[in-house]
Amino acid sequence: MASLLSRFCRKVAVPGSAHGARMVSTTTSCGSETVKSLNLYSAINQALHIALETDPRSYVFGEDVGFGGVFRCTTGLAERFGKNRVFNTPLCEQGIVGFGIGLAAMGNRAVVEIQFADYIYPAFDQIVNEAAKFRYRSGNQFNCGGLTIRAPYGAVGHGGHYHSQSPEAFFCHVPGIKVVIPRSPREAKGLLLSSIRDPNPVVFFEPKWLYRQAVEEVPEHDYMIPLSEAEVIREGNDITLVGWGAQLTVMEQACLDAEKEGISCELIDLKTLLPWDKETVEASVKKTGRLLISHEAPVTGGFGAEISATILERCFLKLEAPVSRVCGLDTPFPLVFEPFYMPTKNKILDAIKSTVNY
Amino acid sequence: MAIWFARSRNLVSSLRQNLGLSAILIKRNYTSPRPVFTNYQLSSRVFLNPFTSFRHESTAVETQPDLVQQSDHEDDAQELDFPGGKVGYTSEMKFIPESSSRRIPCYRVLNEHGSIIPNSDHVPVSEKLAVRMYEQMATLQVMDHIFYEAQRQGRISFYLTSVGEEAINIASAAALSPEDVVLPQYREPGVLLWRGFTLEEFANQCFGNKADYGKGRQMPIHYGSNQHNYFTVSSPIATQLPQAAGVGYALKMEKKNACAVTFIGDGGTSEGDFHAGLNFAAVMEAPVVFICRNNGWAISTHISEQFRSDGIVVKGQAYGIRSIRVDGNDALAVYSAVRSAREMAVTEQRPVLIEMMTYRVGHHSTSDDSTKYREADEIQYWKMSRNPVNRFKKWVEDNGWWSEEDESKLRSSTRKQLLQAIQAAEKWEKQPLTELFNDVYDVKTKNLEEQEHGLKELVEKQPQDYPPGFHI
Repeated sequence: MASLLSRFCRKVAVPGSAHGARMVSTTTSCGSETVKSLNLYSAINQALHIALETDPRSYVFGEDVGFGGVFRCTTGLAERFGKNRVFNTPLCEQGIVGFGIGLAAMGNRAVVEIQFADYIYPAFDQIVNEAAKFRYRSGNQFNCGGLTIRAPYGAVGHGGHYHSQSPEAFFCHVPGIKVVIPRSPREAKGLLLSSIRDPNPVVFFEPKWLYRQAVEEVPEHDYMIPLSEAEVIREGNDITLVGWGAQLTVMEQACLDAEKEGISCELIDLKTLLPWDKETVEASVKKTGRLLISHEAPVTGGFGAEISATILERCFLKLEAPVSRVCGLDTPFPLVFEPFYMPTKNKILDAIKSTVNY
Repeated sequence: MAIWFARSRNLVSSLRQNLGLSAILIKRNYTSPRPVFTNYQLSSRVFLNPFTSFRHESTAVETQPDLVQQSDHEDDAQELDFPGGKVGYTSEMKFIPESSSRRIPCYRVLNEHGSIIPNSDHVPVSEKLAVRMYEQMATLQVMDHIFYEAQRQGRISFYLTSVGEEAINIASAAALSPEDVVLPQYREPGVLLWRGFTLEEFANQCFGNKADYGKGRQMPIHYGSNQHNYFTVSSPIATQLPQAAGVGYALKMEKKNACAVTFIGDGGTSEGDFHAGLNFAAVMEAPVVFICRNNGWAISTHISEQFRSDGIVVKGQAYGIRSIRVDGNDALAVYSAVRSAREMAVTEQRPVLIEMMTYRVGHHSTSDDSTKYREADEIQYWKMSRNPVNRFKKWVEDNGWWSEEDESKLRSSTRKQLLQAIQAAEKWEKQPLTELFNDVYDVKTKNLEEQEHGLKELVEKQPQDYPPGFHI
């Protein structure tokens, strides 16, 4: 797959302090920073190195992270920072997250890895009932803001039920945590550093499909991309498309095909799903009058429903057509049927056309 | 300090003798050829192939515990190498029995009449400490009684008592240092009381008024105080256990002279988080003291419906955790055990498990009537004859440190203070409405600002729909 959107010099934040001071967005020319061509897992690896380097009270742990992790995101960390700070845990997600909450509650940064998002559910109680409510229930006497939970998510071509899931919708329904999903290596590094340094517990889903597939110029320095700020990555006038993660690549291809047929598409990367940037999407839909949302997760109850309902409330009179959702089917993620299950480029293109021609 | 450690070593070795267990309790040396199993009696019947008669292997107490290992000098030829380490092998097919024929005995210092059992191991308790401990146990009793009544009168919405578990609450707290971080379940307010949380502060949380540190967000008894190193109570069971492992690890990394101390009931040990918490603490070598209050009941579920093991103490070894069973109604035993466990945890950087045997005299909570599932006689028996407060009181009195006059003065003044605290808390200003929206995140997010704005408009327009007193 081609590198993503690297032709645009997009806005990046200037490096923030280690304690998450307010970030300022400026446009920089791509040539002025030292960049390196990296894939997604390398970019994430860089972010983790920087996180551990800049805060001596930060830890990275989870199953198999010691040798570098099953996706190589944690390569070199244990050797560099020591086994006290980077270590394997027993095979127990509720223990991993619970232990992380304890560390974070004592003022540390705990960057925990869940090996596949499909296995995050044993930790659901700790995430929803504990991490998300830790500050609120204590009257702000305690907090576990230093907790960041990383997990690979999404289709990979052959993952089936338990190596392909997109569980973001479950977590978007939980006040008190943040949910962040990067679309590319450059985005991932900046968003992960922001997530780690954000004083709230964050669930960070990494599109595993892009770990090796996506290659991009990634600045080598310490930089952060702000949370809860969506980005218009392609401007257009006829229809707004909203997505996140790996799905944006597919959507971008659909936008290119639509352009050949004279349809001008505006493409938005939501980046943070909770709390999400309603204003950017609203402004775009007020301009285009049409909205299409696409995600791999099953359509019923997916996060697209939240976006659709909100935009309907805010932009009803500006809408020229119903909000369209091009998503996964309401089935467990199938193996041999994956090409039929997925919200493909052509499904999106069809939906763009029918929305525009409504 | 040096004196304490010397004593502790003696204490620990005599503990070993008195309890009649083998070397595993205190010092486990994996490199020695000595076996590491307890003195199990193997009474399993070994079924060989159908063509041989089965061997009925019944052994009396063995003088040597190594029933599943070959004798020493045959070791070298008879060991197998596995990723987990060297292990002896045997051609006898023997199953470790599901239970030992003898339950792990329970450590106690005071007998039922409040006298110290001769030659018992224990950490001496000074008059000052003993009196304070007793006063706090009595205070906890009065507090429980009055708050329970306040709920019955409809003044607070909910309460749960620690009746019967006063020794666990107070004596364990007394054995800790203020820097030890406590992660409670919910039946340990005495630990917070010991650390200096006032009756007024307890009342404020129960009423959820403006002075409540929790800002009125949780049900009564969900106390928390960062000042007192007492994590805020949360209703889900056992979630605090893996968190305690993380807290202990943090303290270890900071090289603090402190440990994490966490509490759980007998029911809570069935939760997955119990397994997670103990396993993580053991693998991470975190200084954590796990205290299980085995009070016989998880709401209406008796322990016979909770597990089939010999209680909780035997589970420690499964995780590689040193464990002890203690008479939870014996304040001196609780004090000694927790002191020792705490020292081990901190100096050896390891978790320790303490199972405290006790009885839940009260109902599970004000939403429960336990006479529906247990005999009133049983409750009465434990309340009167096995009362931990009375037992300790007897010892304190026999030492000449406490009188009936002290008793009535304490009870009446505490009662008065509590009634005043409740009256004041009831009248206290309510939380401002904005506290509904704060602290969800560190900074209020846009959606919450919008919702707050919308709610304020609604309340101003239709105040009769909402309870009064919540300032906008």
